Amino acid sequence: MTSTANTSTSSRRLPGAAAVALAATAALLAGCSSSSDNKSDNPLSGDKASGDTVVVGSNNFAESILLADIYGEALKAKGIKVAYKPNIGTRETTYGLLKNGSVTVLPEYNGALLAYLDKKAAPKTVAATTAAINAKLDSKLTLLDPAPAQNKDSITLNAATAKKYHLTDKSSIADLKDAAKDLVIGASPEFQTRQQGLVGLKSVYKLEFKSFKALDAGGPLTQAALQKNTVQAADIFTTDPTIAKEKFVVLQDTENLFGFENVQPLVSRSGLPQKGVDALNAVSAKLDGAALLDMDGQVQLDDKDPLDVAKAWLKSVGLG
Amino acid sequence: MTGFFDIPSDLQHSWLGLIGLHLREALLPVLAGLVAALPIAQLCARFRWLYPPVLGVTTVLYAVPSLAFFVVLIDYTGQTELTVMIPLAVYSLVVLVPAIVDGVRSVSQETLAAATAMGFGPLRRYLQVQLPIAVPAILAGLRVATVSSISLVSVGALIGNQGALGNLLADAMFYHRPVLAVNSVVTTAVLAILVDALLVLVRLVLTPWMPPGARPKRKAAARPEPAAVAGEEAAR
Amino acid sequence: MNVLNFVNAFFGDSAHWHGYDGIPHRLLEHVQYSLTALGIAAAIGLPVGLVTGHTGRGGNALALVATAARALPSFGLLVLMFVLLGLGLLPVMIPLVVLAVPPILVTTYEAVRSVDPSPVDAARGMGMTEPRILLRVEVPVALPLILSGLRSAAIQIVSTATIAAYVSLGGLGRYIVDGLYQRDYEKVVGGATLVAVLALVTLTVFWAVTRVAVSPGVRRSA
Repeated sequence: MTSTANTSTSSRRLPGAAAVALAATAALLAGCSSSSDNKSDNPLSGDKASGDTVVVGSNNFAESILLADIYGEALKAKGIKVAYKPNIGTRETTYGLLKNGSVTVLPEYNGALLAYLDKKAAPKTVAATTAAINAKLDSKLTLLDPAPAQNKDSITLNAATAKKYHLTDKSSIADLKDAAKDLVIGASPEFQTRQQGLVGLKSVYKLEFKSFKALDAGGPLTQAALQKNTVQAADIFTTDPTIAKEKFVVLQDTENLFGFENVQPLVSRSGLPQKGVDALNAVSAKLDGAALLDMDGQVQLDDKDPLDVAKAWLKSVGLG
Repeated sequence: MTGFFDIPSDLQHSWLGLIGLHLREALLPVLAGLVAALPIAQLCARFRWLYPPVLGVTTVLYAVPSLAFFVVLIDYTGQTELTVMIPLAVYSLVVLVPAIVDGVRSVSQETLAAATAMGFGPLRRYLQVQLPIAVPAILAGLRVATVSSISLVSVGALIGNQGALGNLLADAMFYHRPVLAVNSVVTTAVLAILVDALLVLVRLVLTPWMPPGARPKRKAAARPEPAAVAGEEAAR
Repeated sequence: MNVLNFVNAFFGDSAHWHGYDGIPHRLLEHVQYSLTALGIAAAIGLPVGLVTGHTGRGGNALALVATAARALPSFGLLVLMFVLLGLGLLPVMIPLVVLAVPPILVTTYEAVRSVDPSPVDAARGMGMTEPRILLRVEVPVALPLILSGLRSAAIQIVSTATIAAYVSLGGLGRYIVDGLYQRDYEKVVGGATLVAVLALVTLTVFWAVTRVAVSPGVRRSA
């Protein structure tokens, strides 16, 4: 292949072949881009909400995606253009995206949001919680009406641990005082640095656990770790269908560290028209604990698509 | 009730749409890497003192885990495809530079002298003699870069559904649906094999002087692993 | 420089230097995962590569296996293994081993196959048995290339072992995943720096091993 004659013949043939290959590549790439751009409201193509489209975001767990679908479909029913940006990440990330206008609407939980904004606040009512959040909230953002449905973070033990330390679902988190130093606690990584997490458990309940194991936001990692006793205590969402299934024991939050956790839409003031505000408030009025628990079960246990579940529920309450 | 090809609504694409997205997120960076690697490699082949430091830098870049790369870029490019594609382009570059340099260097002095004697200028000599002879080595590098790029796109799922087929993995966890993870892994692997086969075909078309069964010189064939070569040089 | 500030802050914080989430412990975990995966991959790749390289048979099958293994996405395999097998070390080891076997296997095969046939024939003529030919003649000559295969496998493992953190294991990936969820870039950059440094240390170790293990005669001719 180093012979000159050979090389020069082949090099004469080369440009043609190369052109064919390049054209094929170009066609392939063009095909790819057009196939993925077939949605006009492709949220992946840009970071800013464009024009009058409302961007509904969600955090990185199943219930948040479901709630975003409920909000989005309710807005669509009122003729508002909606783009979804699901599974963005944790609050630490999504709050920033709301502030810079990339996301217009996000399902939130009032107590958790307040703890993120103000570590010391401990309001006694839902209305006071909303007021306390609005006082700390970025001026471009506002909270709409809270729903009756709650989904709290919790300190939950597996059955064996509860038995060993003689704890029941009537016991307080404070009762872990002596046991905590022998227990591994598991939760999503951000739990480690949050007030509603290791920070608050230490300052409010004076609890220091043996170690922290980073899992996920009440998802399969957390459930599996608690079940296998890799961790003895974990942050499980109170709406989680596995609590009953696995006989997990949820401890009472007597000091109200995890506060109220009503589902509540956090929206950017300028991005959402009044009829959108009305639509979301109508959703919150109907969304109670039983409905949320039922929908969570459909999505996480029955393999149903969250969008279908959201649409069906909206229709059943006359908002779809 | 949900079939193998039913994609959860939150991914906002059909199965085919995800494949298209995945190919674009994986292949555009390789293309960008190739475009950048050609001049860099030519400089390295021309000025030999430049090669070891370039290899040193690229080896370090290659060792940075993709997820860390993505997360740091979020601040600059947001949670977008671009954030996934930039690191992939860098990895491709790292794989391709040594491949091209070795390929171009493997052209013998006699061949170059012959080309010069035939009146080829430096540019024409590069385009019509050196580059074609380096094609097997370049394509060996391209194959590695492409397959690893297709695999790495999935990690983008961790920064907010930017991982195309990888997003199925996050949903498999959220919704307790293992079949979504199977779909993701199988589809990605098949894509990688098909694109790899396509590149082998391209090599056969581009190097008609080599019999189809012939392997490129051992050194090129045994170089699936870029960091190895890069590292060897850097450690010297 | 933004990134340098992060690096400084991360390594300057004394809280990052002790306890189960301290740098020494996470580093140790990372090295443990990496060595285990490399050990398993070598136990699979080296013998198969040596035998196929020696006999010269099975090269095509080997190339197919390697291509298929390389096509499997590590992150996808990790999540799949978690949803199928549950928590533990096994779901992490499988993708790392799958990642590391192809470079070891292919390089070992190529290394042995490309040994100059004349000394091999001479050894056979002297009455050496086939295993002895492989171990006493072919392996010493092929050693530099075999080591380079192991090295690239090791580098890829060190870099990829970070994904173990996504299924709640430790290692340096912990800093990167935690940093993403906590939006704490100091941790992300610190973790990435540690991984890159570990990769460079790995390179140095292999360089040293090559110096010591490769016979001077082979080194000179290479």
